[in-house]
Amino acid sequence: MKRWSILKRQSPLPGFGLSLGFTVGYLSLIVLIPLAAITRHGFRSGLAGFIHAATTPRTLASYRVTLESALAAAVVSTLIGFLVAWVLARFDFPGKRIVDAIVDLPFALPTAVAGISLTTLYAENGLMGRFLEPLGIHVAFTQLGIILAMSFVGFPFVVRSVQPVLEDLDPAVEEAAASLGANELQRFTRVLFPVALPALLTGGALAFARAAGEYGSVIFIAGNMPMKTEITALLIVTKLEEYDYTGAAAIAVAMLILSLTIMLAVNLLQSRFQKREGKRI
Amino acid sequence: MSGHTRPHSSHLLRPSLASRMTRIALIFSALVLLSFFLVLPLVGVFVQAFDQGWKIFIESLRQEDVYAALRLTALVVAISVPLNTVFGIAASWAITRFDFYGKNLLITLIDIPLAVSPVVAGLMYVEVFGLHGWMGPWLSEHNLHVIFAVPGIVLATVFVTFPFVARELIPFMQAQGSDEEEAAAVLGASGASIFWRVTLPNIKWPLLYGMVLAASRSMGEFGAVSVVSGHIRGKTTTLPLQVEMFYNEYNFTAAFAVASLLTCAAIITLITKKIIEVTTGLHQHQAEDERSS
Repeated sequence: MKRWSILKRQSPLPGFGLSLGFTVGYLSLIVLIPLAAITRHGFRSGLAGFIHAATTPRTLASYRVTLESALAAAVVSTLIGFLVAWVLARFDFPGKRIVDAIVDLPFALPTAVAGISLTTLYAENGLMGRFLEPLGIHVAFTQLGIILAMSFVGFPFVVRSVQPVLEDLDPAVEEAAASLGANELQRFTRVLFPVALPALLTGGALAFARAAGEYGSVIFIAGNMPMKTEITALLIVTKLEEYDYTGAAAIAVAMLILSLTIMLAVNLLQSRFQKREGKRI
Repeated sequence: MSGHTRPHSSHLLRPSLASRMTRIALIFSALVLLSFFLVLPLVGVFVQAFDQGWKIFIESLRQEDVYAALRLTALVVAISVPLNTVFGIAASWAITRFDFYGKNLLITLIDIPLAVSPVVAGLMYVEVFGLHGWMGPWLSEHNLHVIFAVPGIVLATVFVTFPFVARELIPFMQAQGSDEEEAAAVLGASGASIFWRVTLPNIKWPLLYGMVLAASRSMGEFGAVSVVSGHIRGKTTTLPLQVEMFYNEYNFTAAFAVASLLTCAAIITLITKKIIEVTTGLHQHQAEDERSS
């Protein structure tokens, strides 16, 4: 009789038990057990208690500020990200490698550094604020500032999703479209854009997810006025400082549900996209 | 010159003046956007740091608190990067070299830390190790401190950089296949010698790449660390927390001086990444260099 095994197929290679055991053990310790702890605490007083703690007026206002700003930032990230990805994938120009490297700056720069630098630039007497304030455009300590900081951290996701897709698109496809009489605008809307769309959606969703959970780069520029410019991540920290652990846990669980949903949606989008790609070839 | 030229129609494949103008306009507007969006905040850090002259800059850095923050940050990187590197190697070995039930679930679970807000990540550890958490009573009985102490900071950092090495290795080892290792195994090589002689030399670049990303993020993590740190001056402040502390005390020059150290580290990270990409072809599309438009 065959012994039941988690392995689907025998392999001549050693180390399966050791590597999988370590992986699962470490994953449980670092990720799964803490995740279970916070979920349990969020629901300590039952579903009703969770809903009550996660939907106070101040909390609801923070969701609105966070989601609204993250959505706006995802749109800005998608627009800028698409332009940058297109230019990097399609054109050659001096200093291209430097530009390509610097796109990842928001990934590499600590968020607190980005936060204080953006705040100083866009404050009333800052390098940018000096010009914008007289025009009546207030960025620092308003929702516009939140959107700016969120766009800063989000747009590399769009570039890095779209750029490889555009690079893989055979120029012959566009040339064929051109030889059939498509003008540049038509080639963009009918060839380039449809090919890039799934990657654009993926990148936009990743940028949204990152923006919705962002803390370090936002809190300096946000103003942090309850009900107006207070993001959810900051509200969790505030609750924690007030020793309201149950309130903090409930809001955190609400955020977790949102971010894990986005993550699954992106995974689904990517696997469907890959299947379609596979069929084409 | 304006950056708003709309794409004009061109006649077939003849490169017209209009299409050349479009290209220049696109490149120009991308560069202008990136300068305002990325380069300005980057340069701004150094402008602010040297605002009062380089003497004040040096003085702001030569403080006991800054040294302590620097030491703590180095310690956190020195612990979290090797831990996640070992995990990354183990996870990618199991996932890419064997076929087992639940593999896709495992891959999804490894990505969770990327989706979780840093603040929520920090709070998760408070829920486990904090005074009101699962292990809180036991820990305080034995006089062990995790939250508002160094172990909590390390744990929070390990969480946020958890998948960095694994995510570089898994696609790379998947694409590479296991032929070489299987050949070595069939010829009688031991597990250790397969790893040191075959696997490691093959994966060294993506491994290093993942470690660079992990080190960079561990150095700069703010949200997760901020929740578990307790902000005890000279004891539980990492460099990013020290930046916040100086900034909130209106000591802007010191805040930006410390920030400039972190910015230099970020620039070094970007350069290292690019060097690995260019010299090894990692994350590079082969088409990029052949195709000159």
